[in-house]
Order: sequence, then C-alpha cells, then structure tokens
Amino acid sequence: MGFMEKFKNTFKQNDREDVSAKYKEGMKKTRNSFSGKINDLIARYRKVDEDFFEELEEVLISADVGVMTVMDLIDELKMEVKRRNIKDSSEVKDVISEQLVEIYYGEDNEEIEEINLQENDLSIILVVGVNGVGKTTSIGKLAHQLKQQGKNVVLAAGDTFRAGAIEQLEVWGERAGVDVIKQNAGSDPAAVIFDGIKAAKSRNADVLICDTAGRLQNKVNLMNELAKVKRVIEREVPGAPHEVLLVLDATTGQNALSQAKTFSEATDVSGIVLTKLDGTAKGGIVLAIRHELNIPVKYVGLGEQIEDLQKFDANAFVYGLFADMLEEQAE
Amino acid sequence: MAFEGLADRLQDTIKKITGKGKVSEQDVKEMTREVRLALLEADVNFKVVKDLIKRIKERAVGQEVMESLTPGQQVIKVVKEELTELMGGVQSKIAVADRSPTVIMMVGLQGAGKTTTTGKLANHLRKKHNRSPLLVACDVYRPAAIKQLETLGEQLSMPVFSMGTEANPVDIAQKAMEQAKEEHNDYVIIDTAGRLHVDSDLMEELEQIKATVKPDEIFLVVDAMTGQDAVNVAESFNEQLDISGVVLTKLDGDTRGGAALSIKAVTDKPIKFAGMGEKLDQLEPFHPERMASRILGMGDVLSLIEKAQTNVDEKQAKELEEKMRTMSFTFDDFLEQMGQVKNMGPLEDLMAMIPGANKMKGLKNAQIDEKQLSHVEAIIQSMTKQERKDPSLMNASRKKRIAKGSGTSVSQVNRLLKQFDEMKKMMKQMTNMQKGKKGKGMKFPFM
Ligand SMILES: Nc1nc2c(ncn2[C@@H]2O[C@H](COP(=O)(O)OP(=O)(O)O)[C@@H](O)[C@H]2O)c(=O)[nH]1
Ligand SMILES: [Mg+2]
Repeated sequence: MGFMEKFKNTFKQNDREDVSAKYKEGMKKTRNSFSGKINDLIARYRKVDEDFFEELEEVLISADVGVMTVMDLIDELKMEVKRRNIKDSSEVKDVISEQLVEIYYGEDNEEIEEINLQENDLSIILVVGVNGVGKTTSIGKLAHQLKQQGKNVVLAAGDTFRAGAIEQLEVWGERAGVDVIKQNAGSDPAAVIFDGIKAAKSRNADVLICDTAGRLQNKVNLMNELAKVKRVIEREVPGAPHEVLLVLDATTGQNALSQAKTFSEATDVSGIVLTKLDGTAKGGIVLAIRHELNIPVKYVGLGEQIEDLQKFDANAFVYGLFADMLEEQAE
Repeated sequence: MAFEGLADRLQDTIKKITGKGKVSEQDVKEMTREVRLALLEADVNFKVVKDLIKRIKERAVGQEVMESLTPGQQVIKVVKEELTELMGGVQSKIAVADRSPTVIMMVGLQGAGKTTTTGKLANHLRKKHNRSPLLVACDVYRPAAIKQLETLGEQLSMPVFSMGTEANPVDIAQKAMEQAKEEHNDYVIIDTAGRLHVDSDLMEELEQIKATVKPDEIFLVVDAMTGQDAVNVAESFNEQLDISGVVLTKLDGDTRGGAALSIKAVTDKPIKFAGMGEKLDQLEPFHPERMASRILGMGDVLSLIEKAQTNVDEKQAKELEEKMRTMSFTFDDFLEQMGQVKNMGPLEDLMAMIPGANKMKGLKNAQIDEKQLSHVEAIIQSMTKQERKDPSLMNASRKKRIAKGSGTSVSQVNRLLKQFDEMKKMMKQMTNMQKGKKGKGMKFPFM
C-alpha cells in the first residue's frame, strides 16, 4: 500500500473525518497556500533537479519550518530521491510527506499525545509563554472543554502583572462556568497559585489551571519567578504540575524554538498549545521543536471563540497541510 | 537560542580565503549562501532575501569584495549597507494635524501589543511633546481589553474614553472625537481590537473607523518575533488601510527581528518606534541601522553605548570606542565595563547588546546570574596586570595559577580567553564599519 493510501485509510478507520474537517476548515488558508505551493511547484517542474529542490526549500521555509530542519529535510530528500531513483517530480510528493511526518513523529511513536490528567485526584496544569500568544484565551477554552467532560475545574489568576489580566481570566471563568481564584493586581504570583491549590483541594476539584503573566524568555528574573511558581506547585502537590503547557503563537518565526528551549529549562514544558492557526501563518516551527526538543503539540487554537480549541492530531495536522495533494491523488 | 550571526557563519569561508590570498567566484558563492542562511534564520521573508541576495551577489563579485584584502569584512559591509538602505533612515516623527486633535489609529493582529503601545505613545506624546492625549477603547471583543486600557490610563493619569462592550467601535470612535474636541485634547489615540488580516468583516470595521475619524496616522503594530507571515500581514493591512507607519514590539526579546526588513520591503512605510519592555516609558525611536546589525547577529553596540552614555562620561566613552576599534580593549576595560554595566539596569538586556556576548557561555543571555558573572570577575581578578593587558602571555602554568586563584577550572579560563578574543574581533569589525561610512548614517551618539 502506498504511503498516501495508508494515510487516508487511517482517517477512515479511526473515523476521524470529523476532526480533519474541523482542521481543514480552520486551516483552509494555511492549506491553500502551503500545499497549493507544493502542487504548483510540482506542476511546473517535471524534472527533479537543483532548481526544484531550491524552490521546495522556499516553500517549506515560508511555512516557518525551522531553517536547519528544512536544510536537513532537503538533504534527506535528495538522498531518498537518489536511492529510489526518482526522476519525475510528481513521485516526489510521497517522499515529501513521508519525511515531514517522520520529522514530527521520529521513527516510532505515532499516537495522539493526550494531556496527562490524574484519574481520581487533583491535576494541575501550568500555562506559560511569552506576551500575547493566547495563554489566557487557551485556558478559557480548555476549562470549557474539561468542564464539558464533567470535570470540576478551578482557574488561578497568576498573571498579576498585565493590566486587566485578572479581569480577562474572570470573564473566561464566567463563560466556562468555573471558579477563578485571584488576588489583587501586583501581588506575588506564587502566592496566588498557592491560594489556587488550597482552594482546588478544599473544593475537591479535578483540575486546576494556572495562568501566568507573559514574559520574554531572555528575562532571567522573570524566568526565575516562573520557576518559583512551579516549585510551589511541586511542593504543595507531589507529582504536580501534571502538565506544563507552553503556548506558542503560530505567527512566530524561528524565535519559537528559543522560547521552547528556554521555557523548558525553567519549567520543564510537557506540551505545546499552538494558537492562531486560523490565520495565514503555518506554525511549521512546531516540526523543528518536536524534532530538536522532542516536545509534542497537544492543542491547537483555531479562533477566539470558546469552542476553538482542538486536540492536536499530527495526522490531521499534516493531512490538513496536504489535503489538496491527497484529494488530487485520489481523483 | 543564539543562532549563529553572519560573522560567525563567514568564519570558515574567510579562513579558506586567507590561506589562498585570492577570492574566487566560488568563494563569493559560498559567502552569499551563508548570508542567505543568516537572513532566513533571522526570519527575513524568503522573497525579500532572494532580492537582497541578488543585489549582494552583484556587488560581491565586483571589485568591492573580490579585490579586497579583507573579503569577509567587505561582505558583511556590503550586506549591512544593503540592509540599511532597504530600511531607510530614522523616522520617529508623529504627525500633527492642522486642526486639533491629531488622530492616531492603532491596528494589528491579536496579541501584537496594541494596547500597551497605545499607553506608551500617549506617554511619549506628553513627555516629549507636551501633549494631552485622549485614549479611546475600541476593542469591544477581547475580554477586559477596555479594563486594560483604563488601567493604563489610570497609571498615566490620562483620560480614557469607553462605552462598554455593547457599543459599536465605529460609534465609540465618533463619540470620542466629539469629547476630545470639547475637552481640548490635542491627540486622540484609538486602540482597536486585534484581528486577522484575512477577517474581512473586522477589516471592514477598521475601514469604517478610518472613514469616520480620518486619522492622521495609522500605526500597524507588529510583534518583532513574527516569522515569514509578516509580509502577508503587513501587505493586507497596508492595502486595506494605507497605514502610515509601523511600531515593532517586544524588541527587548532575543529575536533577530527579520520581520522588520520584510515589513519595510512590502509596505515601504517607515518603522517609527520600537517597544523595548512592558513599562510605559519603554518606547524608543526605531534605528534601522542598529536593526540591520541585530538581524545579522552582530550585537547592538550602538544601543549599548547610548545606554552607557548616561552612566559613563563622554571621555571614557570615546576611549572605549577607540579601544574597541584598535583592539586594545583589555581585560581591565572589560572588568570596568562589567562594573558599569551592572549599574545600568537589567543585565540581560545589556549583555544581549554586546557583540559576541551570546557566544560567551558564562554570559549567555539567558543565563546571566550573579554567580556566573562573579566567576568571570574572579578569573580576571586573578590575572596579573600584564596578563590583563596582553592575553597572549597566557601559557599553561599561568592558566593553572589563575584557575586556582579564582576557584575555577583551566577550561573555564580557556573559555573566557577564547571568548574575549572573539569579542574583540567583533568589536573591531563593528566599529570599523561605523567609521567607514561617510556622510549620512550612523554615528556614535557622543561624537
Ligand atoms: N485568531 C485567534 N486569536 C487568538 C487565538 N488565541 C488567542 N487569540 C487572541 O490573541 C490575543 C491575546 O490573547 P491572550 O489570551 O490575552 O494572550 P496572553 O497574553 O498569552 O494571555 C487575544 O486578542 C486573543 O483573543 C487563536 O487561536 N486565534
Ligand atoms: Mg494572559
């Protein structure tokens, strides 16, 4: 079975049409431009030569796939093409998707990465990231999702710095129908989180989600502050935080790699929420992040509404990127 | 993550050439390849890179580089000139309307930093131009966005006009204009909701606000960390609103900021200001030439020196510059600089500006803490006067002695020596480049 068929079958079998439909909708613009470009490229080039690879490189770079990742990928592609003795550009399609998927998954595991929640005990999720990426919004959406699943959720307003941040989380708490633990603006975030843990425990909550102020990863003091917040959580609840989610804006370029690296050093990030995929940015940098730092994407943000958060499904993600190509092939 | 700067990237090729003493077209090709990678890693849009590389290649195969004794430096110079040219000069003027109030509209994607920048601009207008702005809360969509602007207004003791979240942003803008006239505010700054450039309904809303208030400035606020998509964003906003300028935010981060180049290339509108922190006084005029250095990963020596200006007297600064140029910068100078730098504010901000500093393990941006700095300090203090002046004296037994004296290891000493050497070279390159340029363009602020 060819790679593409196998791929399509996976979708059929698992009845994922639904998921992919949502992705396809949210990523329409992304897909159009991205796979549109690859198709265009393949239509224009019949021969697989240097020019072809150069342009392919540009297509990938324009998707913000990390520069070094792209260079490696192209090298591997060249080797593959040689090995399989491929001369015609249309045959290259398969190889491209194969390689891209492999970059994300590595050799072995190909499953959806669920967030790690305790069965019958309090789970704590710490949410971190630079300014304006969508931390608070994603928390609102996630709280809603968990609540829908019947979980008792509490939010802690750990962004005590940005003007209006506490009020913003409160609005999301109202929308999702969950409690928000807060202190005054300007107070110590670690103290707010401490309060949040106490409240979550006394209310027998299932999940506590901790918001934090946005911070640029090169601000050492602020990163130390974040590490302190995490230590408080560790101290109060053994085994917590059960998830540290780094929120990344899909519009961000190569700096996202630096964000992933530095936030991981400070807080041991366990997963990524990739927001704003409803725009035209491709978020290709997550491939590099997974490849280089082995941090999986767990959720994607596809809009500003409370429902606009999806579990990240790499198959669907790649399927979204390559949907045109797949469909075209099926015809 | 410190990506390799252009100078580092060119090292290998340059070494090869130095051996041969002659530059071939192949060498130039290799160098431009490195230039291309450096620009792409800095997030410059690939199309913009393509154009630039074409021009750089043309100049590079010409006499300028091939016949130069220092081809590597010449390439850097050519690249930097091209980048600077593309970015234009400093333009941080804000329009003044013939009839008050002058109206400024802030637009951009979600999370770019519009509201904070609104506060900063208001502060700038009052402090630098003695104006009294009215801030207008037109973001009725994002939860608590109005509250955010109101809080900033409180912090600045400035009036904020809002009508809650039920009102239509176009009406809010209209009513705000009336109030500004009544209250004699000479500036009106309109904060709008973040929106996707492909959201036609919301883009239409901006057009309506524009038609209603007839702004004198429309600032597109863009996050400096934006990747390849910056061209699409800037192009759409500019096409639909004919923006008058750009504010680049979060430049206090460690991003190279290639988006600046992309935006300028597709809109040809000036980038007027740079957001340099979360505080309301951290808005600075945008310096294209410094940005060019930054994109190339060559450190922001000029900003550093400008900052130092307030702490160092002119003579000292001039001496420092001379030392950097002639490479007679010693460990004593370094120590002194460290001392001064410590007094200048958040260390990581400053260190990020020192060329080569990102390569200095002990001083690596993200890891500056007092402990590591004190290691460096201890190592230097364990050197003799002579050694501090002339690191070439260093041999195995000296290093051992220094390591012992400073409570560090020989490899730590070695690392510092190597990094110091690299830093000196970078400084020389930088300052020569500044000097070599006649007429318009950059000067050290104290010259
Ligand atoms: N289009 C879009 N906007 C988003 C998404 N997630 C967040 N935003 C917007 O991005 C802006 C910043 O979000 P916020 O949650 O305040 O970011 P924070 O500073 O990281 O907490 C807000 O205007 C959000 O509505 C998304 O997935 N798509
Ligand atoms: Mg927030």
